Amino acid sequence: MGEMEELRKEAESLKDQITAARKTVQDTTLQEAAAGITAVGRVQLKTRKTLRGHLAKIYAMHWGADSTLCVSASQDGKLIVWDSITTNKVNAIPLKSSWVMTCAYAPSGNLVACGGLDNMCSIYNLKGKDGNVKVMRELAAHTGYLSCCRFLSDTEIITSSGDCTCVLWDIETGTEKTIFAGHLGDCMSLAVSPDFKFFISGACDFTAKLWDIREAQCRQTFSGHESDINAIGFFPNGNAVITGSDDATCKLYDLRADQELNTYQDSSIMCGVTSLAPSVSGRLLLAGYDDFNVNIWDTLKSERVGVLAGHDNRVSCIGVSSDGMACCTGSWDSFLKIWN
Amino acid sequence: MSNNNASNNLIIAQRAVKQLRLEASIRRIKVSQAAAELKNFCLQNASKDPLLVGVPSSDNPFRPPKSCSLF
Repeated sequence: MGEMEELRKEAESLKDQITAARKTVQDTTLQEAAAGITAVGRVQLKTRKTLRGHLAKIYAMHWGADSTLCVSASQDGKLIVWDSITTNKVNAIPLKSSWVMTCAYAPSGNLVACGGLDNMCSIYNLKGKDGNVKVMRELAAHTGYLSCCRFLSDTEIITSSGDCTCVLWDIETGTEKTIFAGHLGDCMSLAVSPDFKFFISGACDFTAKLWDIREAQCRQTFSGHESDINAIGFFPNGNAVITGSDDATCKLYDLRADQELNTYQDSSIMCGVTSLAPSVSGRLLLAGYDDFNVNIWDTLKSERVGVLAGHDNRVSCIGVSSDGMACCTGSWDSFLKIWN
Repeated sequence: MSNNNASNNLIIAQRAVKQLRLEASIRRIKVSQAAAELKNFCLQNASKDPLLVGVPSSDNPFRPPKSCSLF
């Protein structure tokens, strides 16, 4: 009994130490540092393409590395690989389980992955010999739904789950290489750092965690949100993390200062953030909300600089292509839209 | 039974403290430096950000240039 009480006291003391250490380096704010730079001005993007074909809500999308192909997942039980420029469907992959919540495109372009309420991550080979797209592996070990997955390469993928853990898998053997445990709530989203050494996870315990992939360790934990974190992404230089939450705000946390630097919120926005993506310079943050809109924020000045209104239902997913040329939104209205 | 629960809770608490010790020990840079670097990254890459600066239709792969046919 005595030891539990001691541990509890030590935990509280360490939390206070962290708070104090963060305050010590807080010699200014990001908004103050950005006060002198020119405002972005109104950002008006137009829908250039509408990708039609899914028959039910779209839950996830992910751009391929070539900035042309993208994959989407819908609860109509299909993964569709699209050529976003011609709007042609390159592949339409029927899924064993229609309760899909996430999808991912491997950087090589050879594989796509998806998963959801089946608790599994299924890997599909797009470049099979006979031209047919087949399941290559089913990664099964999570005891909760698969909320997100991201490839490190054709041989490794990271998944996040409603079982509160994230896992690094060896795709060839279909086994778990590393289990990242520590979140106290369902893991909802993950993102891999530009150098592939770290990943971040956002969870229903209202925190975001930075994980060292090879050391298998949680390095930092970021709090501040007042509800579930649904979306997470890296600032393009890899030194900051952006989160989106059911508390209707997005936040930017700097990794090296170990603290929150900005909150993106407006009293008129009262619904949850479902998805987010920064533009390639990091200056713009595009975030999808439950109210069917995407709000565009100036990440430095914390001002709303644009709105993308075009969907007839919740925007569930958003992604900016790697060359920065376009933003893709996916919605419960069953359509994907390409904007620039 | 209750012994198992107690020792489980102890292990969980020990792990939590170990993790907090790790997180408390990291080196932190000043916010002024972090903010300056974020700001500089944005400004240096602004011209290469199509969503920020706009894309002329001739360079926009999603927008074929309009052609006018006269018969």
